[in-house]
Amino acid sequence: MRNPFSLAAPADAISRPPSALDVIADRTFYGLAWASTFFILVLVALILWRIAGQALPAIQDYGPGFLFGTAWDVQKEQFGILPQIWGTLYSSLLALLIGGFFGITVAIFLTQDFLPPRLAGLFRTTIEMLAAIPSVVFGLWGIFVVIPALRPVAEFLHDHLGWIPFFGTSLSGPGLLPAAIVLAIMILPTIAAISQDALQLVPYRTKEAAYGMGTTRWEAILKVMVPTAAGGIFGGLVLGFGRALGETMALAMLVGNSNQISLSLFSPANTLASLLASNFPEAGQVERHALMYAALMLLAITLVVNVAGTALLALTTRRMTGKS
Amino acid sequence: MTDLVSSESRPDLRRSLADGRSLRSSLLTLGAWAVALLAAVPLFSVLYMLVVKGGARLSTALFTELPPAGFEMGGGFGNAILGTVVMVAIASVLSIPLGILAATYLADLGPERRLASAARFLAKVLTGFPSILAGVFIYAAVVLLMGSYSAIAGGIGLAVLMLPTVILTAEESMKMVPRRMKDAAIGMGCTRSQVIWKVVLPTGLPGILTGVILAVARVAGESAPLLFTALFSSYWMETLHEPTASLSILIFNFSSMPFDNQIELAWAASLVLVLIVLVFNLLSRLIGRAKV
Repeated sequence: MRNPFSLAAPADAISRPPSALDVIADRTFYGLAWASTFFILVLVALILWRIAGQALPAIQDYGPGFLFGTAWDVQKEQFGILPQIWGTLYSSLLALLIGGFFGITVAIFLTQDFLPPRLAGLFRTTIEMLAAIPSVVFGLWGIFVVIPALRPVAEFLHDHLGWIPFFGTSLSGPGLLPAAIVLAIMILPTIAAISQDALQLVPYRTKEAAYGMGTTRWEAILKVMVPTAAGGIFGGLVLGFGRALGETMALAMLVGNSNQISLSLFSPANTLASLLASNFPEAGQVERHALMYAALMLLAITLVVNVAGTALLALTTRRMTGKS
Repeated sequence: MTDLVSSESRPDLRRSLADGRSLRSSLLTLGAWAVALLAAVPLFSVLYMLVVKGGARLSTALFTELPPAGFEMGGGFGNAILGTVVMVAIASVLSIPLGILAATYLADLGPERRLASAARFLAKVLTGFPSILAGVFIYAAVVLLMGSYSAIAGGIGLAVLMLPTVILTAEESMKMVPRRMKDAAIGMGCTRSQVIWKVVLPTGLPGILTGVILAVARVAGESAPLLFTALFSSYWMETLHEPTASLSILIFNFSSMPFDNQIELAWAASLVLVLIVLVFNLLSRLIGRAKV
């Protein structure tokens, strides 16, 4: 093996060129690192291939009609995932609305000098700890705290404003609203963290300039800081949305697992992820292929959303910092 | 020097609180305080419930006994704790070396290469990969091949979720190592791998550890990838090739049971799980504070 470092060392130098062993070790290490990096590409390809492969029989049997079918009947071997797609999008959008509002407000609160730095750090840790609570624990908490707390409110709204489709049914236990609220709490830390990063990227001079023009604190925040950081904040919202789409356990415990399409916030519903969680373990061959088809659709939806969010963040970060 | 601007012509910079704009600003500040405090309520509510409901059942029997069936009283979840520890260990053994190796490539060996940018982008996308799909993937790739649910399959499922976090955080901390230190090592005649072993890894270690511990904390609480890879078991595990219990699946299963005993156990298991996760999180923060 030719020693690539031999040219660099003249004969009378005090340093010596790497020994043959050093060179072999170096090449082996490089090879391993290269292979590990390449493995990520392989892993993603493997994920797509295995799930798509398992879904293939169902794709051939049901075709695109699978996406628009409303029945999930194992006996009749009729499978459709329109209610689950509806439930996934509805619960995630609702969670995004609530979690986005809270997350962005928290990010503004923590970055725009409302608190002394020490206190802001403590508060930031509190919000980050929220992300550390496992999904099942949120599910358990939702069953025994959120649902009982919501029930009287839901009853009141249903009794007095029942003519509005959103309040069309009563909350009998698990349902869309408790699921969406818990989901909102779970995506709040993501949105808050990314929005904080985006707001911190805005140069301090920008805010000073706004104050110099005589704006009030909130005029500076809402008309200068937030619009300047809008790209990053939007990226955070997209990633939070992606997280909500794929969230499983808390939803499987709270959403009610009922395959119906309803506008009502209080009626039980289902999502793609919780369909998988609740049906997969006991599924037979045919249903399993159908579930793989559903998994493939979930993969496609989350992949599109996550790629969009990641690309958006990379783009705005490059624009704000002038480097990639 | 004469005063160029007389005091009469100087604009009044004070703003009265009753002015519409100031009032609006103050109200919004009040609103922001309310929203921020409200956002902190769920965490404290969860912790309160865990301490009150889970703490009531805390005893040594929880850690040594097996989960109770139906109407049985008492019992514990010793096998679930063991299962979680074993599967997280398998995931760590698989994903930490692989992740750190890939990170050295992304940070030092070929950061500008096309392979590096592709891998970096995919790793970022994978951090948002739904955990249930990791379960579906491992079912199709491992469980079907091995013919049974197992701790190994569960561990691999968790490894898939750990890998991107390990890679991205390790890359970040290796990038923090000052350029000059690497240049000095290269100037002394180090090969690329010697620079990484003797300079980059030791210097970046606190940051890498932070990321690794965070990744461990995250997967310790995961349940979706275990649901149909490790399944569940009411007995102590004997081999790595059989269905294995875990804390998170125990919580999921027991939460929907109509028995008070099981519900209490679910709360106690949640308390144990959250304590494990929070301890790991605080640990990573302490180590992270010592960063370069």
